[in-house]
Amino acid sequence: MASHEHDPTNRRDFLTMAGLGFAAVGGAATLWPFVHQMNPDASTQALASVEIDVKGVKEGQAITVMWRGKPVFIRNRTKAEIEQAAKVQIAELRDDRARNDKLPDATTATDANRVVKGRENWLVLVGVCTHLGCVPKGQSLSDAKGDFGGWFCPCHGSHYDMSGRIRKGPAPRNLEVPPYEFVGDSKIKIG
Amino acid sequence: MSGHESTYVAKSRFAKFMDDRLPIARMMHGQFVDFPTPRNLNYMWTFGGILMFCLVTQLVTGIVLAMHYVPSAKDAFDSVEAIRRDVNYGWLIRNIHAVGASMFFLAVYLHIFRGLYYGSYKAPREVLWILGVFIYLAMMATAFLGYTLVWGQMSFWGATVITNFFSAIPVVGTKVTEWLWGGYAVTGVTLNRFFALHYLLPFVITGLVVLHIWALHVAGQNNPTGLDVKSKMDTLPMTPYAVMKDIFALAVFVTLFVWFVFFVPDYLGHADNYNEANALVTPPHIVPEWYFLPFYAILRAVPSKLGGVLLMFAAVAILAFVSWLDTSRVRSTKYRPIYRWFFWLFTFTCLALGYLGSKPAEGWYVVWSQIFTAYYFLHFLVVMPVVGLIETPKKLPRSIAESVLGANYGGGAGAMAGATAAPEKR
Ligand code: HEM
Ligand code: FES
Repeated sequence: MASHEHDPTNRRDFLTMAGLGFAAVGGAATLWPFVHQMNPDASTQALASVEIDVKGVKEGQAITVMWRGKPVFIRNRTKAEIEQAAKVQIAELRDDRARNDKLPDATTATDANRVVKGRENWLVLVGVCTHLGCVPKGQSLSDAKGDFGGWFCPCHGSHYDMSGRIRKGPAPRNLEVPPYEFVGDSKIKIG
Repeated sequence: MSGHESTYVAKSRFAKFMDDRLPIARMMHGQFVDFPTPRNLNYMWTFGGILMFCLVTQLVTGIVLAMHYVPSAKDAFDSVEAIRRDVNYGWLIRNIHAVGASMFFLAVYLHIFRGLYYGSYKAPREVLWILGVFIYLAMMATAFLGYTLVWGQMSFWGATVITNFFSAIPVVGTKVTEWLWGGYAVTGVTLNRFFALHYLLPFVITGLVVLHIWALHVAGQNNPTGLDVKSKMDTLPMTPYAVMKDIFALAVFVTLFVWFVFFVPDYLGHADNYNEANALVTPPHIVPEWYFLPFYAILRAVPSKLGGVLLMFAAVAILAFVSWLDTSRVRSTKYRPIYRWFFWLFTFTCLALGYLGSKPAEGWYVVWSQIFTAYYFLHFLVVMPVVGLIETPKKLPRSIAESVLGANYGGGAGAMAGATAAPEKR
C-alpha cells in the first residue's frame, strides 16, 4: 500500500462508491416489481367503465350502482333541491373545490360545476365518504339525510348537502363526481 | 443476566457430544432453569409466560384454520361457517383462535400496565421496552388482518375504515391506499393479500419475542421494588420458583379462556359480522374489536381527518418514548406518592376511552372523548416529566432481599444464603 505513488485512497473510495451505487440502483430495480405487483392489476383497470339506464329513476328518486368496486349514487333531483343547492355561497362551504373528475382541480364547488350543463337534475357521485370510506345514508326515502338534506355518514357523523358537498363533520372533501357522460337520452356512461 | 453462567452439566454421552458442538441444552438451562430471578416477583410478572402461551396457541390454531379457509370474496364467509359446522372440531379450533386473540390482548395490556407501574421501561431496559412496543404494533396489525378474513360486514367495513387511514397522507394518500387494496376499494384482491400477511406476521412477532427475551435476559427482570439486583440474596433460580408461579397463573388464565371458548364464544364479537360483506351498505354503527376501542375514541375525538389519524398513531408511538419522558429517580410507582395517583388516573382514562370508543360519535360522547384524549397525551408529555422532578420518593428498602425478608435478615446472611441455595444444589 505504502508504495503507491498516486493517492490510492481516492481511487479505492471511488470504486467503493461506484460499486455501492450500482448495488443500490440494482437493488431498487429488483425491489420495484415486488412493490408494484400490489397495485391494481390489468383486469381491475379494465373494469373501468359501466353504462346505466336511468329511464326508470323518477324525480326525487335515487339509485346506487357499482363502478370499480365502489358504489355510485345517481340522483334525479327535484326543482326545489337544485335551487337549494345552487343558492349556497362558496364561502359557506368546507371544501371549495368542485372535485369533479372532468374539470381541472382548481374549479370552484358551485352546484353547476358538479353536474352536466342542461342535465342539472342528475347528480352523479361516488358514494364513498371522503373521511374513511363508509357509504353515506340518504339514497332511500326513509334514510336520515343529515342537517343539510343530502347524505349523512353515520360512521363518524359527516353531513353532505344536495350537491354532495361536505358541510359538517370530519370528512375533508366533497363527494367525488366521477367522470361520466350521457349517451343517448337516458343512458349514463361512468368511467 | 449478562454475567450469568449456565450451571448445566452434560450427563449422557449424547449430551456431551452435543454440548461440544451445539450447546443448545446449556443455553436453555442457563436462560430458563437456573436463570436468576428476583425473589420478590408478584403475579403481574406471570404475563410474559402467559403471552408466550397465547402466541403458540394462535400459531397452532391458525395453521389448522388455514387448512380449511378459502381466501376469496366469494367463498371466505361460507368457508368460515363451514369450519364452524362441518369440519371435525372446527368449531373448537375456530373458537379458540377467535377468543385467543382477545385473551392475547388482555394479557398484553396487563403486561404493559405492569411495565408502566413498576417503571420497567427505565434504564437499562429501554430497548427491551421498545421491542415490546413493536410486538404490540405487530399484534395490532395481525389482529386487524385476521378480523378481515371472516369477510362479514364488520370485517369489510372495518377494513375499509382502517385502510382509509392512509388516504389521510397528503398528496400520495389515495395512491398508497389503492396500492394496499390492489384496486379502487376493498375487494377479494385485498382479502387475498391480507390472508398472506396474516399468516406472515405472527412469525415476525415470534422473531421480535426472541429479541425481547434476549434483551430481558441481558438487563435482568425488574421487580416490584424497582431496585437493581445487588447480591445473590436478591434472586432465586427461575426453575422452580418463578416457573411454578407462572404455571399456576397460566392455569387460572386458561380457565377464563376456555370459559369463553365453551360458553360465550361470540360474546366478544359483533353480531353484524355474521352478515356477509356487502360493499353497498355500511352498518349503522361501526365499531372495532374491544382492544382497539381506546384508539378509535381518539380518532373520533378530532374533527379533522388528518388530525384524527395522526393523533391515533401518536397514541401508540408515544409509548416508545416513555423511557426518556419519565424523569423519576426511582422505578417503581409503589414508592412514588404523587405519581401513583396519576398512574391510576391514566388507567381510568384508557378504560374511559375504551367505553367512549364503543359509543356513537355524537353529543357528550365526543366532548368526553376530547377531554380524555387530552389527558392521555398530557400524562406522557407533562405528568411524566414534571412529577418525576418535583416528587420526593418514599424510602426504599435497602435491597430486594430486605423487602422480602425484613431488615434483620442481614445478620444471618450466611445462614439464609445457605438455606435458599440448598434446594437447587441437590
Ligand atoms: C407477544 C407479546 C409479548 C410476549 C410473548 C412477551 C414476553 C415477555 C416475557 C416472557 C417476559 C418475561 C416475563 C415477565 O417479566 O413478565 C417479558 C418481559 C417484559 N416485557 Fe414483554 N412480551 C410481549 C409483549 C410486550 C409488550 C407489548 C411490551 C411493552 C410495550 C412488553 C414489555 C416488557 C418489559 C418491559 C419486560 C421486562 C419486564 C420486567 O422485568 O419488569 N412486552 N415479556
Ligand atoms: S367514514 Fe364517513 S364520517 Fe367517517
